[in-house]
Amino acid sequence: MTDSIDVLTTLKLVYGIYVFIALSLIAWFAYRITRPRNDNAGAKPAFFWTYVVVLVVVGTGLHFLTYSKVPWVPIDLKRAGIEPAAVFDITYEDHQMTFSSMPMQVGCGDYVVFNAISNDLTYGFGIFRADHTLVAQMQVVPQSKNDLMWQFGKNGTYYVRSTEYSGPKGARMIAKDAIVVTGCDQDDVRAVALGGQP
Amino acid sequence: MSFVNTLLNGHEGGLRHEGLTPMQKIALRFVVLGVLYYGLAAVEGMMMRVVEITPVAAIDDSHFFSIMTVHPMVGVFGSTYMIVFGAFLFLVPYFMKKPIFSLKMANASWMLIGGGTFIMWLAGFLFSYAPLYTLYWPLPVDLAQFKIVGGLFYVVGVALIMVGTFLYSYNVFKTIVYTPKGWEEQPSMDLFMDAIGFKAIGNWFRKKKTEHIVDLPVAAISRGTIDVGLNAVVITAAGVLLLIYMFGTMFGVTMEKTWVDALLYKNIFWWGLDLIADGLVLIFVAGTWYILAMMITGKELFMKHVARAALFVEMVVSWTVWSHHLMSDQGQSNTLKVLSGEMVTALELVTQGLAVYIVLVTLAKARPLKMTNELRFLLGGLLGFMLAVPAGIIQADLGMNRVLHNTQWIVGSHVHVAVLVGLTMTLYAAIYLLLPILTNGAKLYSQKLATAHFWLHLVGGIGMGSFMGLAGIDGMLRRAVYVDGEYATYMMLAGICGAMLLLAFALFLFNVVMTFGIKGLIGIYSPAKSDTSDCVPTPQEA
Repeated sequence: MTDSIDVLTTLKLVYGIYVFIALSLIAWFAYRITRPRNDNAGAKPAFFWTYVVVLVVVGTGLHFLTYSKVPWVPIDLKRAGIEPAAVFDITYEDHQMTFSSMPMQVGCGDYVVFNAISNDLTYGFGIFRADHTLVAQMQVVPQSKNDLMWQFGKNGTYYVRSTEYSGPKGARMIAKDAIVVTGCDQDDVRAVALGGQP
Repeated sequence: MSFVNTLLNGHEGGLRHEGLTPMQKIALRFVVLGVLYYGLAAVEGMMMRVVEITPVAAIDDSHFFSIMTVHPMVGVFGSTYMIVFGAFLFLVPYFMKKPIFSLKMANASWMLIGGGTFIMWLAGFLFSYAPLYTLYWPLPVDLAQFKIVGGLFYVVGVALIMVGTFLYSYNVFKTIVYTPKGWEEQPSMDLFMDAIGFKAIGNWFRKKKTEHIVDLPVAAISRGTIDVGLNAVVITAAGVLLLIYMFGTMFGVTMEKTWVDALLYKNIFWWGLDLIADGLVLIFVAGTWYILAMMITGKELFMKHVARAALFVEMVVSWTVWSHHLMSDQGQSNTLKVLSGEMVTALELVTQGLAVYIVLVTLAKARPLKMTNELRFLLGGLLGFMLAVPAGIIQADLGMNRVLHNTQWIVGSHVHVAVLVGLTMTLYAAIYLLLPILTNGAKLYSQKLATAHFWLHLVGGIGMGSFMGLAGIDGMLRRAVYVDGEYATYMMLAGICGAMLLLAFALFLFNVVMTFGIKGLIGIYSPAKSDTSDCVPTPQEA
């Protein structure tokens, strides 16, 4: 199953290549612009409108691509029809997180819901591996629904951190070893527990 | 000429402020103060960067987040607003070939925005008021964490900035539509409709195009100014709400924070904030690129009718994209996330991509061009948005936002590259271009310093944004404190690039001071001797 590491590694590669191309293009243009003109490239209307179509396709195409390749997008959009195997409640108040069960035990491939309730400020709910890479996150807004449905495909122990600023007192809201996933064929090598083994 | 003499009197006679028109002085007052506020924001940025490399005892969490609160406010209002408003208050009458509607109002604008920024900054400096610029409800009125006096300073400072902003907006539109004394009656409604873009849209559907009566640069300024005004309405409303709660607490009135729906507030506030981030930045920047391209080449803009229409589209797009900031809010409807957050936001790639293309072709058609300071900074500005806009489109995606929201990717690869490389380099291009016009031909002290300024700023800006972005991909949050060196390597590299930016600014400032001379700089703030309403002096006056 595709996870955040796969998606973010692809982003690093694709965006890195794009940055290199953009830099090269401007450098080449800066050189050419000081040289005498001998063509009319790029000024033809057909070229211009083709470029516009490419922008539209690239801009919207990304969303169709992630819908088909990133598993949590269809889960988010179609979750009303998915029955979760477990619902974990997390209550936020006075810069403290209280969990309905600790650690939250998750079976491999199960759909689980993290249901966060804030009794005072806006916080965040982020699931992190031991190497601090992000698995997923959502905002935790008071008086609002904050429930994230997720499916884990690897064994691991994950920590939870508030991902939204809630004042200086909330700068380090961390719950170690908060989620333990078992039953998968594969281990999440980056998700070794902060204090022990997964 | 000795160093001290040049420092006092400027290079080759420096800035002869006695010969400046009132309009030139006002524009320079805005720009000089804006440049100084940029320096303050840069120093604040470096202070936070040091803490992100290794904890510093002198900067505790409370201090760190109060810096984080004022840093973008100083950068956006104190610096960008000041430089942009100063330039546009000069350029609107300059292009319209008519006097500005009110010099007094223009003077009041820079004083209010400059003074308001300082008062807002004091809220952080003196009272550690730190709700961040996002002001997520009910954090700004969480008086268990913040002192009321800090909140009052913050709201009063921002209110003054907004009053200055309203005056700027009114002055711009009034200058476009009013009839100066002794002039033939101006077609006010036609001018207004052309300025905001209705005529440009109508031309798409007409076989016979109607002639525009407002130049393209003024049309661009007008459309960005509408977003500025709308944004000021939203921020002012938020300020009033905060004041009600603060005064309520002061007078012992029980006010439940749940009276305000946090998600609805977040929607309205982001709608307003996005008018800056996605509206006026993209519109003003595109407009400034067009002005620069036309002034650098001395030729008409390529596909100018498309450019006009695209500016109007960008304005409408900017009113409908706010949901991309709420893609990780589970209470936000999926329809809004997909339509506003993903699809409409994707149009920004189209409108900004069009602007880049139009400017590049306009420049290419005029080649060979001399690689002047304004041209190289313009190319840097184009590059900045070529990098930052796609980064923004990527994060405005349901799949990507789940793993990028609130990480350093957002603030590094997108925000800082857009602001520092895209926006700031565009503003530097405008400053270098307008320097001789605003100063009646003052000569730059050192071209070598200007070249060093360019390279240090370009490499520093892209480098800092890139290392922040890489840290974000690896999970580093943007509004959190790390004390165990988790991202020390990325932050050290970003710090080196940040130091390059700071050095670039120091060189630029030194170059400006040596060009104008201290006497010239002080003279900008003395009353103008000439009482002409023209933008620049007539040859006889000069």
